[in-house]
Amino acid sequence: MALRAYLDNASTTRVLPEAAAAALAAMGAGPDGPADGAYANPSSVHRWGVAAAAAMDGARRAVAALLGAAPAEIVFTSGGTEGNHLAVLGAARAARRRGRHIVTTAIEHRSILNAVAALEQEGWEVTRLGVGSDGRVSPEAVLAAVRPDTALCAVGHVNNEIGSVQPVARIAEGLGRAGVPLHVDGVQALGKVPTPYTAWGVRFAALSAHKIGGPKGAGALFVARGARIVPPVAGEQESGLRPGTENVPGIAAFGAAARAAAGDDGRLRRLKLRLVEGLRAALPGLEVNGPDPADAEASAPHIVHLSFARAAPGIPAEVLLHAFEAEGVACSAGSACTARRPEPSHVLAALGLPAPRLRGSLRFSLGPSTQAGEIEYAVAALPAAVARLRAETAGSALGR
Amino acid sequence: MEPLLIGRYAEIALKGGNRADFERALARAARRLLPGGSRVELRGSRLLARLPAGLPAEAGLAALRRCFGLVRIEPSWRLPCPADLADITGEAVAAARRAAQAGASSFKIDARRADKTFPLTSPELNRSLGAAVAAATGLRVDVHHPDVAIGVDVRDDAVYVSGAGVPGPGGLPTGSAGRAMALLSGGIDSPVAAYLAAKRGCRLSAAYFHTPPYTGEGTRQKVEDLAAALARYTGDVRLWIVPFTAAQLAVQRAVPEPLRTLVVRRLMVRIAEGLCRRDRAGALVTGDSLGQVASQTLESLAAVGEVADLPLLRPLVGADKVEIVAVARRIGTYDISIRPFDDCCTVFAPQRPRTRPTRLEVRDAEAALGAGAAALVADAVAGSQRLRVTPDGVATDAPTAPGEAGAGEVPAAGAGDVARRG
Repeated sequence: MALRAYLDNASTTRVLPEAAAAALAAMGAGPDGPADGAYANPSSVHRWGVAAAAAMDGARRAVAALLGAAPAEIVFTSGGTEGNHLAVLGAARAARRRGRHIVTTAIEHRSILNAVAALEQEGWEVTRLGVGSDGRVSPEAVLAAVRPDTALCAVGHVNNEIGSVQPVARIAEGLGRAGVPLHVDGVQALGKVPTPYTAWGVRFAALSAHKIGGPKGAGALFVARGARIVPPVAGEQESGLRPGTENVPGIAAFGAAARAAAGDDGRLRRLKLRLVEGLRAALPGLEVNGPDPADAEASAPHIVHLSFARAAPGIPAEVLLHAFEAEGVACSAGSACTARRPEPSHVLAALGLPAPRLRGSLRFSLGPSTQAGEIEYAVAALPAAVARLRAETAGSALGR
Repeated sequence: MEPLLIGRYAEIALKGGNRADFERALARAARRLLPGGSRVELRGSRLLARLPAGLPAEAGLAALRRCFGLVRIEPSWRLPCPADLADITGEAVAAARRAAQAGASSFKIDARRADKTFPLTSPELNRSLGAAVAAATGLRVDVHHPDVAIGVDVRDDAVYVSGAGVPGPGGLPTGSAGRAMALLSGGIDSPVAAYLAAKRGCRLSAAYFHTPPYTGEGTRQKVEDLAAALARYTGDVRLWIVPFTAAQLAVQRAVPEPLRTLVVRRLMVRIAEGLCRRDRAGALVTGDSLGQVASQTLESLAAVGEVADLPLLRPLVGADKVEIVAVARRIGTYDISIRPFDDCCTVFAPQRPRTRPTRLEVRDAEAALGAGAAALVADAVAGSQRLRVTPDGVATDAPTAPGEAGAGEVPAAGAGDVARRG
């Protein structure tokens, strides 16, 4: 079945043409061929190496600009997970003299959960804050959880499953007064919601290229000037924070995608709202898990989590997913990082939703390549697929 | 002195008139499993394998450990005749040293003089070589429970000295028992059942009941990977992808919930039998283990099994889950089976299945499908797609005209004649 509507952009996005072109050029396969030497090692001292380093710095500026940061505050990584690990483990260790307590939330991405759990194994204390039914944590609760021995706070800016937006500006402001560094998982936020992390006083932020139209295997960690990190693996590249020759093609493509991301004007939210309203009109009983999709402050423009539990009673999320897949529509049950685990997602569980509703819920996510035609296709195809499933399973164990 | 691998077989040697067939099947299976360019011959109730120059013995050892029919594989050295006692002693000491490096502290010499012109008898060889090896290596002689038995086989063309061996998988050579059709679900049990049937000499076909959208591509990939894991033992597996959604939904609609699983399984058995005819397979293999779940009580097995004309083999009937898991781990299917993908059995599982149905009530329940049952079976058989899955996991279309068997099969792997005689 051909892919007709790719609505799984929170898992990964199609690489933008300009990003792919940048990567090809950095591999020596650009329009001018290899003669420009763009594939050279950025650590080499010959002119082509110097040019490669300059190209990387161009990408660094483009990514920094999205955060209002200085280029020197951007460390390129292999992606969001590495950034989250580097920040949580490295910043916590750098601040251990202050204490061994971490504040985070119950709905973080697995990479934050795992890093925090690793510290817990080492004897750190962890406060995991709950969220409201809109998937948001209150800044007051974060500040109330801070203790004299709190070394770090780690919060995801936009949740990867339900798209809830955390009040990072207010959290950062309060933590700044308390002198506690804030790490933000900005992977799903970059290019989708404002991310002026420098102005807000955020100290660390993990970013990923492949969520904004860049390739997999490239990402960045924002480390504010003066913020300290003790890297788990010593290296000589990227300010000594990581080892290995830089992924120049991936970084160049990340830079191109970051430049393209600089100007979304509400297009994604309009498309998302059209999707939600179109499906709601055709599928009575369809419910949104998490924040109100129209609430620009609480909900990211590109992610919506829908429950079909009342629109298609008894049909598990995986069956819906495969039925939609048969129509050429890609979406996700949970997040792709956890979709293959049978247990219900910790994020949905934290919203306090009843079990049947969890079992029939899917995530739809948009990205820079999403076209209005894909949304219209999905709005027509999904209700038809649901109707077919309901007819097929009427009176069966599933149709209960 | 030339390195080689000696494979020993036990049960085949007991066969009477069929023995040559079994040995040919064994040699064929060994050739298929060994690296390309290896030479295989049978001599004196031993399988001798020579690897292409430059390949380490381990490569051949790993391959022959998956060769059904072999009970033991021994890295060995061949001394061409004329070999005198000094040559043989030198090789025996070298073999003992290698065993000592691998941790052995005791040994015995297991000499056999087939060439009666050799000046020493077998007991004399044992004593002479035992004393020499003990003196040279410091290893202790232990004729009852040695850490390593060093074999010395004196033949008229050559002397073979073998060191510490490893156990083979046992069983009978692939192809010696014909072809069986295993029902593969993607779970832990069915590939182990298929393995055990294959171990007794069956070539493998497999049927997977694909139920989109209730099962996804991930489950289908999992079954392909399981077939590849089995193919590492048997050679290419013919995997049938059966379109099963229509049949499953028809049962869901027409059959009372507590009996649905049993009626579904009856349809699966009928469809698999239809595929057996297309593949010239002589038996069905399922992963049933008595009493494990509701569909595996004696009553349920009877209600499902009665629709089969061909023998329905249940190699796991006496196995506990821990035993099944142990085999699955050993043969490399466990890690594939536990990948968390949906299978139709869990999606459609009734809340309260009947555990002690009578055959009559299951027949009545199935009668609710009316004349449609035969059509569902026929459509599923006709619509099934046959893949050839290699040990490397490469699945390619292997179409076959209805009634035609063996299309596209590699001649060396064909076992039709042997199967009928065996």
